[in-house]
Amino acid sequence: MHYEEFKKIVKRTYVVLSLFFGLLLIIAGGLVYEMLYPSFLITETDQDIVYEPIENLEVIGKNDIKNGIHEPTGFVDANGLEQVVINCTPCHSAKLVTQNRATREGWIGIIRWMQETQNLWDLGANEAVIVDYLATHYAPENKGRRELLNNIEWYDLKDK
Amino acid sequence: MDRRKFIKEAGLATAASVVGLDIVFSSTLPENYIPLVKEPGNPYKLFGIDPEMTVLNNKPWNIEAKAHLLDDKITPNKYMFVRNNGLIPQSIDVSNWELVIDGESVVKPRTYSLQELKTKFKQYSYQLTLECGGNGRSEFNPPAKGNQWTVGAVSCAKWTGVRLRDILEDVGVKEDAVYIGYHGADVHLSKDPNKEAISRGVPMYKALQNETLLAFKMNDKDIPLAHGYPLRLIAGGWPASASGKWLNRISIRNKIHDGAKMKAPSYSVPCHAVAPGEKVKESDMCIIESMPVKSLITYPKTGAMIEAGSKLEIRGHAWAGELEVAKMEYSIDFGATWKTCALDRPTNRLAWQHFRASVEFPQKGYYEVWARATDEKGVCQPMLVPGWNPKGYLNNACHRIAVKIK
Ligand code: HEC
Repeated sequence: MHYEEFKKIVKRTYVVLSLFFGLLLIIAGGLVYEMLYPSFLITETDQDIVYEPIENLEVIGKNDIKNGIHEPTGFVDANGLEQVVINCTPCHSAKLVTQNRATREGWIGIIRWMQETQNLWDLGANEAVIVDYLATHYAPENKGRRELLNNIEWYDLKDK
Repeated sequence: MDRRKFIKEAGLATAASVVGLDIVFSSTLPENYIPLVKEPGNPYKLFGIDPEMTVLNNKPWNIEAKAHLLDDKITPNKYMFVRNNGLIPQSIDVSNWELVIDGESVVKPRTYSLQELKTKFKQYSYQLTLECGGNGRSEFNPPAKGNQWTVGAVSCAKWTGVRLRDILEDVGVKEDAVYIGYHGADVHLSKDPNKEAISRGVPMYKALQNETLLAFKMNDKDIPLAHGYPLRLIAGGWPASASGKWLNRISIRNKIHDGAKMKAPSYSVPCHAVAPGEKVKESDMCIIESMPVKSLITYPKTGAMIEAGSKLEIRGHAWAGELEVAKMEYSIDFGATWKTCALDRPTNRLAWQHFRASVEFPQKGYYEVWARATDEKGVCQPMLVPGWNPKGYLNNACHRIAVKIK
């Protein structure tokens, strides 16, 4: 093969390859952009825009735990936290869970009710971990028939 | 870069595999369900509510007032509790909004545009008390499940609209009609389009009352989005869940409506009294109708300190579901003695009534002022939390405030 001919082939191959990789880059870029901003190719429904769900890819980030509390959700940091965050916050916020107190039986009852009527999935092996977590850290306290008034913020009432 | 949107689209399982996150936890999690670990917006801006309002839950939005915020005779939007079972509809096209009337017991099913409703029928305005069936739930022992409302899930706004009765007469109601059920545009929390977040209703006798409205105005303005814009069924004096928001369909039923949240234990209490914590069979639960007699001291705010010898002016509101409040009293000695308050008649049926009194204290010290309303049938509020029920409804125990005399 002549040197000149060889040079030509190399050059052509180079051009073709450059074009090919260029194209790949554009496609990949587009795909990445689409992943980051889905509205680029598909328009989002309004429903999706309001409740932006997650800041970090890690469900439990390194700096998320402060004073024994998982700050983004308010859940107690203990064994089972990951399973609870993953399975109990997709539909409603953690606040609906942390507001409540129940016995083990009570928590199982709430889970069954959601499974029967609210589309909650089978929790599989995670159920035992989740129920343990909830029954331990969100257990009822005896409040009696009427509690005392507490956390009163005293202030001077001036005009009648 | 905005990873939120990425993860939102990709689904947790996919996202997890991309970054090598341990996906053991999510193995049973369906695609497209994403854990929520971020505040979903500022409710005070979103809904124009007062910063002192308490957010119990931000998805779905559930927000309540404090007693002293409810001092106005007519509750302004900024102090109105917000109760949602699902997601607030995001896009509302008022010009194409329709109300469908259907069901087994409708003579001729039909559809009304919003404009037709507003022009074809006479409009009425009433002040109507709306109280969440679970208001006061936080006090039940053993605890009852759901949002832990304290005292502030009640309001009395002015509602303007057309009478449901006039629409029912227009379409014709068959003799076998028992109930009306509402349907709204809100979205189930699981975003399953085949599931309704809530679809409750009322028996025919309530549907046919003068004050039962299809409202398009609250306090003389378009109903705020969080309260059901552009159309809301209003059934005052009943659990507020009977007053369906974002109303787009009413079904006239030949049986008790069987929509979402009609089945026990939702908005139901044991038909016969049970011991605290007792298991109750579904068939032994009865649907709540009228709310019970209740009152709230809205002035002063709890924690007031006053000089010895000065009088304390107190005021508030009282209501009794379908009934009128006949008597209002207060006690500063934990119920040992009661004194009468001045009490106004309601502006219209189902509006709350205003009371006031001038309270004197015998000596220095810590006091509690307790308020007690009695309805026209002689039934009054209990000082203790009333009959326990699995979902913690109908807590109408006396409200009280703490006062110190210096
Ligand atoms: C598929 C959606 C979904 C998931 C996932 C889910 N829930 Fe729920 N949950 C609901 C709905 C819907 C309600 C009713 C909300 C309402 O009407 O206010 C609810 C209500 C609740 C309540 C209040 C109970 C009541 O009677 O109102 C608690 C407590 C609760 N959920 C805990 C949990 C826990 C714990 C988990 C995780 C194991 C979980 N949820 C996961 C859909 C879900």
